[in-house]
Amino acid sequence: MTLKHQLILDNLTAGYRDKTILKNINIDISPGQITSIIGANACGKSTLLRTMSRLLTPYKGQVLLDGKSIHNAPTRQLAQTLGLLPQSPIAPEGITVGDLVSRGRHPHHGLMSRWSKTDDEAVAKALETTKTTELLDREVDELSGGQRQRVWIAMALAQETDILLLDEPTTFLDVAHQIEVLDLLVELNQSRGTTIVLVLHDLNLASRYSDQLIAMQQGQIFASGTPELVVTEDIIHTVFGLHSHIISDPISGAPMVLPIGRHKRVTSP
Amino acid sequence: MKNNVNATLSRIKYGRKQRSSRWNCLIVILCLLVMAAFSITLSLGQSFTSPTEVLKVLLGENVPGASFVVGHLRLPRAVISLLVGMSFGMAGVAFQIMLRNPLASPDIIGVSSGTTAAAVFAIIVLNMDGASVAFFSIVMGLLVAISIYALSYRNGAAGTRLILIGIGVSAMIESGIVYLLSQAPAWDRQEALRWLSGSVNSAQLHQALPLLISLLLFGGLLLSRTRDIEALRMGDDTAQSLGVRVGVTRIIVITSSVGLIAVGASITGPIAFVAFLSGPIAMRLIQNNGSLIIPSGLIGACLVMMGDYIGQFLLTSRYPVGVVTGALGAPYLIYLIIRVNRKGGSL
Repeated sequence: MTLKHQLILDNLTAGYRDKTILKNINIDISPGQITSIIGANACGKSTLLRTMSRLLTPYKGQVLLDGKSIHNAPTRQLAQTLGLLPQSPIAPEGITVGDLVSRGRHPHHGLMSRWSKTDDEAVAKALETTKTTELLDREVDELSGGQRQRVWIAMALAQETDILLLDEPTTFLDVAHQIEVLDLLVELNQSRGTTIVLVLHDLNLASRYSDQLIAMQQGQIFASGTPELVVTEDIIHTVFGLHSHIISDPISGAPMVLPIGRHKRVTSP
Repeated sequence: MKNNVNATLSRIKYGRKQRSSRWNCLIVILCLLVMAAFSITLSLGQSFTSPTEVLKVLLGENVPGASFVVGHLRLPRAVISLLVGMSFGMAGVAFQIMLRNPLASPDIIGVSSGTTAAAVFAIIVLNMDGASVAFFSIVMGLLVAISIYALSYRNGAAGTRLILIGIGVSAMIESGIVYLLSQAPAWDRQEALRWLSGSVNSAQLHQALPLLISLLLFGGLLLSRTRDIEALRMGDDTAQSLGVRVGVTRIIVITSSVGLIAVGASITGPIAFVAFLSGPIAMRLIQNNGSLIIPSGLIGACLVMMGDYIGQFLLTSRYPVGVVTGALGAPYLIYLIIRVNRKGGSL
């Protein structure tokens, strides 16, 4: 896939019924890269992702995919390019992993079309990539949190979209599983060139695993760019209201935030 | 590596084949059950009519003794029960899936009583009959559905609130039905029972036509959307990101379910709990081996035919079918309310 899809947010203002949450958002998502949206609670991270994935229609402005507004595009066609893993997807009671992942093929089927070999192959590949092949016949209800999240990612992969949006894919996971999921996303990005946008809570993981960061504050983009540009003491202070000390992550070399609280300090300020 | 992929592929294929063959198998069993219930209704009542005699009557021959009993009494009952049961079963499960809650069936949240009230009003006050009654109750059913939806709408999410409001609306409408019935010039106990709990006692063969049309039209519409409706079970967000037009699918589910319920209820009344019970029973049987809509329709048909048979012949005195299905459904309703209270249920 040489042609990368362009996702551009053009002067977005969006929110829910009586409350405007996003104000005048302008940004180009870098194709073929991993972008994380970071920010304090209730700053509009998830709203931004929901608007980007056309779950929420903006009041003003538009989301352009290759120059065309996604809110007017045929939704099935769009779903072949743009995939989303919501924050809390629901697994139907008793569904097996194989069945759930197969449902990712939905946008590739019309009213009459039959299940084909291509579909099976896409499902097999998704299972392989997420290392969930062994779980194929298990019921989703009986999996551990980490396994379940991998299975949901497999479903999104079976959709075979060039752009994948994930809303806090690591919440509720312990640290080992968080790393596992993020490693998986990196592999996906490298092997398939998938453009990945995710909302992440953990600043240091976001900094380590992303090519680009979008730092949001009160519904606006406060800073965006590479982790080196965004993760600075000033920006972290403005966005999170937190004093910190930035060092270079000894593992990855990315900037790493050491929060400074009121207690537990070796030297007094 | 290549071998691994092939092994995975065949496991995926095997799983899919197994699911669909289980589904087919269960459908065949359910069809046999429906046929069995149908034949029992035709041949076994106060008197026994042999299968050969039943067949002769069905083929239009005049069999002394059997022709009246089978052709005039039992056949209309069986046919209307079958069609109404299918309508209610399909409509019920579509609502339950759409709102992801087994309590959200049209007979719990007031849609069924709304259509029934409209039918009673049209027949008793406006002196309408036939197609105009059905049309009137479809319109009213849609109005009730839309107003319940609107009353419970707050930032989209409409779960428990919708059900509670629906139960309230349902109670209000039912008191309206009782009032209308008490105003009726000729108070007839059978007639009243039909509108309050549903009955096929006054079934006539010509009523099958509107039911058949509604099943083909609205049922067909639901079936054409099976895959989208199934995707709704994973949540609206996931469904939409899989390319389902959630809004459109909802409108289709509401319209066709209300259509199915309204046409059925305008003939037999709201046979209690058939819409409510069919979906969960189908869910237990089918599990995740395929779509629930057709199985739920077949189970609805079984419930109405068996319920009617039990009400007619197996109890101390004769009861309309709605009393029997109501007695079956009530304990399940209590069980569900307890369970939903504890952990929040889904279908």
